[in-house]
Amino acid sequence: MKLLNLKPGHSAIVSAINIDDPGLSRRLEAMGFTVGQEVKLLRKAWLKGPLHVRVGMTTEVAMRRHEAEGIELEMR
Amino acid sequence: MTHCHSPGVTLYPELTHKRVGVLGMPNVGKSTLFNQITGASAFVGNWPGVTVDLLEAEVELEGETVEFVDLPGIYDLEGYSEDERVVQDFFERFPVNLVLVVLNAGQIDRQIRLALQVKALGIPGILILNMVDEANHFGIDIDSQKLEEKLGMPVALVSAKYNRGILPAKHKISQVLAQSQAVTVPQDLTLKIEAHQQISPSAIAEVLEDTVKMPSNLYRTFTQRLDSLLLHPVIGLPLFFLTVYLMFEFVWEVGLPSQDIADAVTTWLQTVAIDPLTAGLPAFFRGFLVDGLYGGLATVASFVPLVVIFFFMMAIIEDSGYFSRAAYMMDSIMYRLGLDGRSFVLLIMGFGCNIPAVMGARVMRSRSLRFLTILIMPFALCSARLTVFVFIIDALFDRTWGPLVLLSLYLISFLVAFGTGFLMKGQFASKEPFVIELPPYRFPTLKQIWLRGWGELREFLRRATGFITAGVVGVWLMTNLPQGTANPIGSAGLTIALGVPLMVGMVTGGNAVKAFVQKGGAWIIVGVLGVLLLTNLPGTGDASYAVRLGEFFAPVLSPIGIPQELTIALIFGFIAKEIIVGSLATIYHLADPGAIQATLAQTISPIQAYSFMLFCLLYSPCVATLATIRSEAKSVKFTLFTVVYGLVLAWVVSFIFYQVASLF
Repeated sequence: MKLLNLKPGHSAIVSAINIDDPGLSRRLEAMGFTVGQEVKLLRKAWLKGPLHVRVGMTTEVAMRRHEAEGIELEMR
Repeated sequence: MTHCHSPGVTLYPELTHKRVGVLGMPNVGKSTLFNQITGASAFVGNWPGVTVDLLEAEVELEGETVEFVDLPGIYDLEGYSEDERVVQDFFERFPVNLVLVVLNAGQIDRQIRLALQVKALGIPGILILNMVDEANHFGIDIDSQKLEEKLGMPVALVSAKYNRGILPAKHKISQVLAQSQAVTVPQDLTLKIEAHQQISPSAIAEVLEDTVKMPSNLYRTFTQRLDSLLLHPVIGLPLFFLTVYLMFEFVWEVGLPSQDIADAVTTWLQTVAIDPLTAGLPAFFRGFLVDGLYGGLATVASFVPLVVIFFFMMAIIEDSGYFSRAAYMMDSIMYRLGLDGRSFVLLIMGFGCNIPAVMGARVMRSRSLRFLTILIMPFALCSARLTVFVFIIDALFDRTWGPLVLLSLYLISFLVAFGTGFLMKGQFASKEPFVIELPPYRFPTLKQIWLRGWGELREFLRRATGFITAGVVGVWLMTNLPQGTANPIGSAGLTIALGVPLMVGMVTGGNAVKAFVQKGGAWIIVGVLGVLLLTNLPGTGDASYAVRLGEFFAPVLSPIGIPQELTIALIFGFIAKEIIVGSLATIYHLADPGAIQATLAQTISPIQAYSFMLFCLLYSPCVATLATIRSEAKSVKFTLFTVVYGLVLAWVVSFIFYQVASLF
């Protein structure tokens, strides 16, 4: 399952990050998107806008749907 | 990031003092810490990427002079975006004695990676855990003693914003500096950074075990409650624009009366001091000092309270964290315009001053996105243009309608910026990913708000004594020359412009001329063109240059309703927009701002005034902004394009408005 398909208010665990852009994948890693980390989708913006995601306990991130497609999740 | 000026960085590769770099991820409060330690006033805000350049300050630490360098926030020591490369370049060029690794204590679980990277690279470091107040609030428990042992690096807990733990941290810094003589070797570091050692998740888990206790679950925080309202899919965006509107409404309601007070002060000063003191001077010099210099500067100065209030408000919004939310909400629209949410936030920052907004585009990795973002920045209605508009609106429109007229200009500023994105997105296509952090809501301390307003005031005074004075003097000269003689500037100016390089060339050989032309080429061209223009103006020497320039440009400016006498203000407004306001005193031969407004109301119609304001809003940005665009884009062609594009667009928009409005 992809982060993009998670329902708002639901949580899951990162199982893989499939992003070609090395700069972006390192940035995501630095932001806390590492395998095994918990993510929660807080909300989605209007007009197919970005997702509002909490990663770990205290980091909140806005990311476009395109980027969210590269983050694979598994339910606990 | 700085305001309307570039930071005074005077770094040398040789170490004259001990040097400490301040390193950390974006928005962890590095600049706030830097300000607290050094007493400097670097610009801070609750938005990742506020600092995009190196800032340097020296401070006495327990008897020793230490140089601190504030670095832009980075996620990783191996650079990917322009601002990250600034940090990498810094380490590859300058040796440092120590690095302060600043982390947001509330996010220690992931940010600790940077400290481990620094350690792996063999850079001597101290770990500063900032925002401990927030971490405590989250229920995070950090055993700094144990962490220090495990990491093999001194650890200090601070809250830079509330000035807590700064003294012990300073003490630790000087202790380390006193003990160790080790200095990083830039060439060596370059190789190590290129070999980039990855920090494994197990290494991070190892350090955090028994030292940091994260809460098992998070209770609903203030930020979450506020977000469910402010990020609401339907009312979120209207609420944001309402907030921005209320801010400008406040600036108008409080700023205008304060302008009247400032007016009263400058008028009083004129009657008790300036007039008696200049009474004995010949009329020519008297006119120069009173109408030209004093009148011009007094009009501009009357806006100081308004601008300071404006920046107080900006400081509150910038520090609140609302900007990142605006980026999130606007991204879907901005994406369709070839831009992204960050471009929108920079545009709003551009309402303060275009320069930091242009520089802020560095956080974007894609060159096309950066260029397109820079291209729309000059259309942001900056505080200098705000003074022009407030002055004119107050003169020609009712005070109850004033805020709406001003609002319409802000809307046009947005629309033109968005329209430019839409028009140009084909030329500047990019595939830049959009991932930004949304920090918790924060409220700035009174000191931070005050520092921001004070910084702007200082900056304004710096501009007033330089650019603005020069512009006001220029306008006065143009309005009062030539004194009977046909063309005193023409022949003499041409002789100097062509003769000096020629003389230098004959004396020193060709190379010096080549270097001179390369350095000052643009100014020589502007100078020669200016002189040629002045010499070939229509009319005779009986009329002033300003009048003749007005006649010369009349075919272009009459169709958009701009009266001839204001032409000179537009020309000098190119240097700095405040000059437009300052030059009105000269143009109408009045030193009192109230009287200028009255004359303005009698001589031009509201439609003409609005067309003039539209033109001021859109035509080329000030010289300082252009210089920033050039240095950021590193392209003369692109810089010229922004000028021409702005001029053409300004004329077209004003033309359409004036012609259509005149029909009714």
